[in-house]
Amino acid sequence: MTTDTAPRGMALRFYRYCWLHYRRNWKGTIVISVANPLLFLIAIGAGLGTIVGSHVAALGGVSYLAFFAPGMLAAASMQNGIIESAFPVSYHRMPGRAYPVAVATPLEPVDVLNGHALFMAVKVAIGATAFCAVMFAFGVATSPLAALTLPAAALTGFAFAMPVTAWAVTLPDVRPVQTLFKWVVMPLYLFSGTFFATTQLPEAAQHLVALTPLWHGVELCRTLTLGTATWAGSLTHTAYLSAMALAGYLLARRNFRRHLHP
Amino acid sequence: MSDVIAQATGLVKTYPPRDKRSAPFTAVNGIDFTLHRGEAFGFLGPNGAGKSSTMRMLACVSPPTAGTLRVLGLDPAADGRRIRARIGVVPQDDALDTELSVRENLLIYGRYFGLSTDVIDERATGLLDFAQLSDKAAERVDALSGGMRRRLTIARSLINEPEILLLDEPTTGLDPQARHVLWDRLFRLKQQGVTLVLTTHYMDEAEQLCDRLVVMDGGKIVAMGSPAELIAAHATREVLELRFGIGEQAAALDKLRQAVTGDRIEELPDRLLWYTAEGDAALAAAHTLGLTPVTALVRRSSLEDVFLALTGRTLVD
Repeated sequence: MTTDTAPRGMALRFYRYCWLHYRRNWKGTIVISVANPLLFLIAIGAGLGTIVGSHVAALGGVSYLAFFAPGMLAAASMQNGIIESAFPVSYHRMPGRAYPVAVATPLEPVDVLNGHALFMAVKVAIGATAFCAVMFAFGVATSPLAALTLPAAALTGFAFAMPVTAWAVTLPDVRPVQTLFKWVVMPLYLFSGTFFATTQLPEAAQHLVALTPLWHGVELCRTLTLGTATWAGSLTHTAYLSAMALAGYLLARRNFRRHLHP
Repeated sequence: MSDVIAQATGLVKTYPPRDKRSAPFTAVNGIDFTLHRGEAFGFLGPNGAGKSSTMRMLACVSPPTAGTLRVLGLDPAADGRRIRARIGVVPQDDALDTELSVRENLLIYGRYFGLSTDVIDERATGLLDFAQLSDKAAERVDALSGGMRRRLTIARSLINEPEILLLDEPTTGLDPQARHVLWDRLFRLKQQGVTLVLTTHYMDEAEQLCDRLVVMDGGKIVAMGSPAELIAAHATREVLELRFGIGEQAAALDKLRQAVTGDRIEELPDRLLWYTAEGDAALAAAHTLGLTPVTALVRRSSLEDVFLALTGRTLVD
């Protein structure tokens, strides 16, 4: 809308609001974003996993815990990316909430988007860090490449956060978010190779799964953790997830302007 | 009063259709107005008249569809940031973060304007005093009453020391005492030289606060002037309000319209309004006609009557 150039630090002004707001609300999300994935890791990876033999060919010769943990990391990161975007964006964009307040000041809609997106990225990275710390403590990582698992997981979360942000800012209320969790998040969570190798699926289903974003995140995290990553594979996964984040961000820029300065 | 602070010519706001089946909606349909520095200017009209859309364009949070608009001499389409840095906004819904404290709400808002924490702290102390909220500084906003929240919203809107303050329905939803406290604060701001622009559908509020106002209806301006000018131009000096027993109003109206020439008589669902120079004389005439109203009230004409004369409808239904 405007041609005047953005003074420096506009986005950081909203980013700082996000932290102040979070200080009052962290109890509501810390369980689902940090504790839940870790409980899954322990219960399924270290618990249920002990009754799955490591001789299972589909696991590629590693323990079920080593197979499951990086997949769970990617899935948890996806979930965090969506939790950090869908609920807060559809909440803050409503009349009387943070977005309309901020865009009545020198901030433009794009500043609000940038500040909030930065906050989402930091939150996703914090969740991934907590998970990686526990995962590595279990001795799952067998390769120096495992150090790249953290940025890979953060990218996975952010790749989901951006398109969901673009969508959530158009919502009149929070109800469609629950539909998203039921019909998109849950199927991706279960069938993207988190809990079992997708090579165990029928061939047609394998091709379908390979088109979905979480599968790319799972493959990227898993191959890096286990040291089986290839340049071609990793670059493909990274490009897919980066393109998704970028497309979502560009769409969000347009939608923020349309909905916050209508 | 000759210093122009905002000017609109042929201003139009059309919103795109919500979905494929609906049509675009024109909320503001070609209005002209000029605001002067230091005055209190009102947009009066019923819900849906286009007041809030006009305010949003003035606040540079909604680009005009057509026409020209200048605020503080700048073009909102090109200089939105710079204009918004110099105006204050009091939205109808308060828009406070109810989970943060009173002072934190001021801190956040001050940061949006790029103010340092020291400057915000200093101004917040003065503003909380002005808003009579000094003893509530550390409390969470969700513990405040409606009147306190509105005063906090006004305090917040002043953190950048704005030249223009835009208030959308500033006293809607407040009890009478809270309204009077708020009017007093706004009057003080005006005396300090802040230009006040407000929307309202309360005629008493417009009469109390506004030097000049426009009456809007259906996206257009139907009248403009000071409250006294508008009343003089569009209403008589006095009004006789007559209420009749159930089923008797229609017959009474017929009788009056046959007998009375020169004066205008309006019919509302619950009463008749007789616009006349001398209300007591009119009441005596009604009695002479054999009418027996349940209640009769003589009062001075107000902006409500101006609106009724201009649009044929009441302001608050």
